[in-house]
Amino acid sequence: MIYLDNSATTHPLPEVLESFHKVADRYYANPSSVHRFGSEAEYLLQQSRKQAAQLLNVDVSEVIFTSGGTEGNNMAIKGIALQHQSRGKHMITSKVEHPSVMEAFRALESLGFEVDYLDVDAEGRVNPQQVESVIRKDTILVSIMSVNNELGTVQPIEAIGSILKDYPKAFFHVDHVQGLGKIDLPLKEAGVDLCTLSGHKIHGLKGTGALIAQNHVSLFPLLHGGSQEHEQRAGTENLPGTVAFVKALRLIEENRKQKINKLKSLRQHLWNEVERIEQVVINSPKQGAPHIVNFSLPGYKPEVVIHALGEKDIFISTKSACSSKQPDVSSVLKACRLDHDLTTSALRVSLSYQNTEEEIDVFIDTLKKVIERLQPTMERSR
Amino acid sequence: MNFNHILIRYGEMALKGKNRHLFEQKLQSNLASKLKPFPAARIKKTRGRMYVLLNGEDPHDVMEHCQQVFGIHSLSFAVQVEKEEEQLKEAVMLAFNDAQNAKTFKISSKRTDKEFPIKSAELNPMLGGYILRNTEGVTVDVHDPDVEIKVEVRHDAAYITAQDYPGAGGLPVGTTGKSLLMLSGGIDSPVSGYLTMKRGVAIEAIHFHSPPYTSDRAKQKVLDLANELSKYGKKINVHVVPFTAIQQKIQREMPEGYSMTIMRRMMMRISEKLAHKQDILSITTGESLGQVASQTMESMNTINEVTNYPIIRPLVSMDKLEIIDIARKIGTYDISIRPYEDCCTVFVPKAPKTKPTRKNANYYEEKVDFNEDIEKALEETYVIQVNEAENKTKDQFDDLL
Repeated sequence: MIYLDNSATTHPLPEVLESFHKVADRYYANPSSVHRFGSEAEYLLQQSRKQAAQLLNVDVSEVIFTSGGTEGNNMAIKGIALQHQSRGKHMITSKVEHPSVMEAFRALESLGFEVDYLDVDAEGRVNPQQVESVIRKDTILVSIMSVNNELGTVQPIEAIGSILKDYPKAFFHVDHVQGLGKIDLPLKEAGVDLCTLSGHKIHGLKGTGALIAQNHVSLFPLLHGGSQEHEQRAGTENLPGTVAFVKALRLIEENRKQKINKLKSLRQHLWNEVERIEQVVINSPKQGAPHIVNFSLPGYKPEVVIHALGEKDIFISTKSACSSKQPDVSSVLKACRLDHDLTTSALRVSLSYQNTEEEIDVFIDTLKKVIERLQPTMERSR
Repeated sequence: MNFNHILIRYGEMALKGKNRHLFEQKLQSNLASKLKPFPAARIKKTRGRMYVLLNGEDPHDVMEHCQQVFGIHSLSFAVQVEKEEEQLKEAVMLAFNDAQNAKTFKISSKRTDKEFPIKSAELNPMLGGYILRNTEGVTVDVHDPDVEIKVEVRHDAAYITAQDYPGAGGLPVGTTGKSLLMLSGGIDSPVSGYLTMKRGVAIEAIHFHSPPYTSDRAKQKVLDLANELSKYGKKINVHVVPFTAIQQKIQREMPEGYSMTIMRRMMMRISEKLAHKQDILSITTGESLGQVASQTMESMNTINEVTNYPIIRPLVSMDKLEIIDIARKIGTYDISIRPYEDCCTVFVPKAPKTKPTRKNANYYEEKVDFNEDIEKALEETYVIQVNEAENKTKDQFDDLL
């Protein structure tokens, strides 16, 4: 099997699974329980939080463990909106955000909040100046992703952060789910107040992740109940999942430091090979994240290509997994004002540190054969 | 290009005439143990200064660690480059960029190697001009610059030094003896330990543990606090005194209003005996005046009666908010506010005497013999050693994370 859909989810690492299993088996006590068994679990949770904080260069009090990206994004956006609505009801985001950001904003609009959705350029990039041009006195939140999940576009987070330093009322949220372990994002330096992370995109497990909320940020919690997670998120802690997430975080950061150039050259190799195929139009920016290449095969139905590759045990995707059940147009590519031909025929190949050059070669070879095989039918149906 | 040196300046201790050599040695060894997580880094001592040779370790990471070592007045990044124009230019740019938000600068060049073709007087405008050309809105200010960049062209190489970072100040831990810190789980005592260490004092800690009235979590909290403190010195021995029997006896046999005062007197007696045994010459507490019942002047007078060891009370004149500020800065606050019972909160009387007297305390204590209990507690006291630098590899949960 050649797995090239790592932006949808990743293969959990064996050592991560081992930790998960050990913790689930041995430290199943509730960290809030008074007894010694509970206090062991609590200590393990504290150590996890400490390690996560060290890796991300934040305070332990700034790490809120969550069930993943969707929760983190909702918690940040709705949490800020509900907590700070007396300061203002205006918020800013972009047209290329993940559905868990987009739909959270839409929902808030129905509650009377006002949202500006920023345009992007042809490569999916937000213009920091535009943030400044729409920001108002009553703007309470700006939410921009670090890396676009469909195109791999790296957003100018630090530039936006430095503009926002002049607007202390507006919090800055970054959906860093696709960027984690792939690009460097120094949270404090970049002026990021809130940052969403997910475990299963970095070889951890589904249902794990964290929201980093700097100490000066107060949120209205989504989940009320016990006083877990600094009273920001009630519910018995998912200790095995959290430990697995933090271990995966350590390992992916090690990879980022040691193997980033290898990943970059792997992407470059993929890029070069894909570019050589006559029918292909590449949509990703050349200077994008080191793990995503998005390209279109105009006239070819992407689902058909995917199934044809799937027959050979090669897995890539169309659009993002979270929106690919809805038919046809990619809203991200549409926001880039690409032709209809391109927005309806996009394919995404997303890499991990585990992928090899040989796998890419097999993929390219197979893709060429698939194109050849499908050509007559596709031509006819156009 | 990146910084490959950290220059370390020590202010106060440089004045200490004869002892200076000892102070420098202590500082060097404290630095060395602090920099254990950076195996490639080396420390070099020259006259009146020290250098950390980074050998590829992350400059800012190492800087942060160095900033926690007492006895250092200030620090700067430095970069050693070849005596060559392009390299010098790149190096001054690197040095300038390290000072974020700097709008004005000054370059001070020194040419020890007279064979180097560019004279100092020409170096300054050449390198300064390079910075001006590559920045926006930046100007030269020779009188009061935001950042002064020092360039030294020596025989072996050229050295460029960037802005000053503040050091932790104080004296190297271990140069002014040792004190026994009475460490509860509260906010005050760790801050008190920190301030004592700042004056060069090494710390051992004593903690009174009363299972099952106080939990393992409460003990762990104290160990975690000691662990944070060990960042500023070396390993810390925590002496854990089993205190349950004595507390129960006090509660049973002493009048309620005096139980707090007498408990403190017992703690003080045990601390003094332990200090004596360990050749420690003083006791440090987190007491501050007027905070709670045990910290009135009368209380202090009555408790202090049982020892003639010096008691160091660095917090005595501080406001609670000042103490909290320091606790946050040194990373103990979040640990201190964990909500577990400590030895002082379980047996709290409903109405402790805020104005106890020595006479009354002695009167009550005379009726009951505590000597045996004290000896027993001391016998059963056990030591746990904590060390931030090594803890990282020792934790039982490490293989899980």
